Amino acid sequence: MPPTIRLASERVELRKVQDDNPPKIYTPGEVVHQGTDYLRGHGTYLDEDCVKSSVAGICQKINKWLIVRPIKKRYNGEVGDVVVGRISDLQMKRWRVDTNARLDSILLLSSVNLPTGELRRRSAEDEATMRKYLQEGDLICAEVQQVFNDHSLSLYTRSLKYGKLGQGTLVKVFPSLVKRQKTHFHDFPWGTSAILGNNGYIFIYPTSQRSGKEGDGYKEDAEETITLEERENIARVRNCIVALAHYKQMLYDTSIAVAFEESKKYEITQLLTPEVMAKIASVAQQSLLQHSRNH
Amino acid sequence: MSPLSPGLRLDGRRPNELRKIRCKLGVFNQPDGSAYLEQGNTKVLAAVYGPHEIRGSRTKALHDQALINCQYSMATFSTGERKRRPRGDRKSIEMSIHLRQALQAVIKTELYARSQIDIFVEVLQADGGNYCTCVNAATLALIDAGIPITEYMVACTASLANGETPLVDISHLEETSGGPNLTVAAMPMSGQIVLLEMSQRFHLDHLDKVMKHALRGCQEIKAVLDKAVRDHVASAGAACNWEFKTD
Repeated sequence: MPPTIRLASERVELRKVQDDNPPKIYTPGEVVHQGTDYLRGHGTYLDEDCVKSSVAGICQKINKWLIVRPIKKRYNGEVGDVVVGRISDLQMKRWRVDTNARLDSILLLSSVNLPTGELRRRSAEDEATMRKYLQEGDLICAEVQQVFNDHSLSLYTRSLKYGKLGQGTLVKVFPSLVKRQKTHFHDFPWGTSAILGNNGYIFIYPTSQRSGKEGDGYKEDAEETITLEERENIARVRNCIVALAHYKQMLYDTSIAVAFEESKKYEITQLLTPEVMAKIASVAQQSLLQHSRNH
Repeated sequence: MSPLSPGLRLDGRRPNELRKIRCKLGVFNQPDGSAYLEQGNTKVLAAVYGPHEIRGSRTKALHDQALINCQYSMATFSTGERKRRPRGDRKSIEMSIHLRQALQAVIKTELYARSQIDIFVEVLQADGGNYCTCVNAATLALIDAGIPITEYMVACTASLANGETPLVDISHLEETSGGPNLTVAAMPMSGQIVLLEMSQRFHLDHLDKVMKHALRGCQEIKAVLDKAVRDHVASAGAACNWEFKTD
């Protein structure tokens, strides 16, 4: 495909959505509430008896807490979140994982399944062979077990659906665009699966790889070849997610499915041009607005 | 060089008029926050990464607050003559330190112990007031990244012409023509001054007048930036139907 050159002024914008009653936007330093009858939550601070906003966003009142939510923020973990991360470092009895949070997350040796599947205390020998299980640069899928005082996360992979990830594509988006749902593992009807990590890291892989997994989560099928059709589907899903994220659409299984259906009209490489990205995002936006209005 | 009479400056502005400000938030996808700001012909790009784990030596970590790392860089094509060293020369390092001083005063670093916030500022075209435009662009980028700040950090320049008329927001030509050059970085809502710098000199009697003009310039710039932030939040929020979740 020949490279396209365009002016910045020809940037494609999404059509503005008609907002009937937009919520009030607070900017840093603006007084949210006078007086001390409300407690200050995230995004606010107390200044001489008034609660002021410290970020640009919308205000939420939950019980007696005043919270101002910005559009973009670094991932802040909560217990039970599913995250996708990359091993960045090995230390005594644990791995450090990069999860797009303010501090690296910790994966303790006692929080992973042993390759042989036994249940026993970890010995010094296990510690010495940590590198055999997970090395720097490996991608893993884990759940947040605990949040420490300094807001670093403790992860664990002791369930069969977590563990080292095999062949697939990683897409990084802003964490606030990933919708909170009951399950973050989605199997799409056209043979691709995706893990929508709460931290904004999305892993797309062919469904056949997961059903073939044998229980310990460490066998990496690096020798298994993925067919051209599966690869094309993965590339198409990846371009759809990038298009949706660029125009700030929420990402969940329905929105990705809708975008994928729409994208079938175009070549995969055409999905990278701004006009097509805008078209896909607007179609997804329309159908989702319809969906939310009907419910 | 005195400004043209009757009361107009070289670029046709009145003494208390600011240059045209154009800005955009969220111009890049990779950094956590980014902004592009133009003040007249001075064009600046700012990118913010963080807060994230401290890279390199962990010993630099502060146990009760975040480490702020600023880098000021000028593109080689930003000045009239091709600039040989974009960063690392004495002037750039001094600017980086001043930038850090200004932003550290507003960022709520106590919320991010043992983390690091990186702020990179690139001047694409330098036409006077480089430092001020950098501070303003960095503030917008921090807001875009969702990093909590106590309030806007705005900077503005002021000068004295003909020994009696205060000028606001001076351009490069006015800077190099020999007049005094006062730079103020302040928090417009609380009126606190974080950085005050001056070159050349004028009589102490005029200081009050010039400072007042500079601070008023800060207030006006803040109003423009605030509107841009509100428009950005409104359009991004409406796009996802206000469902975005952050905690």
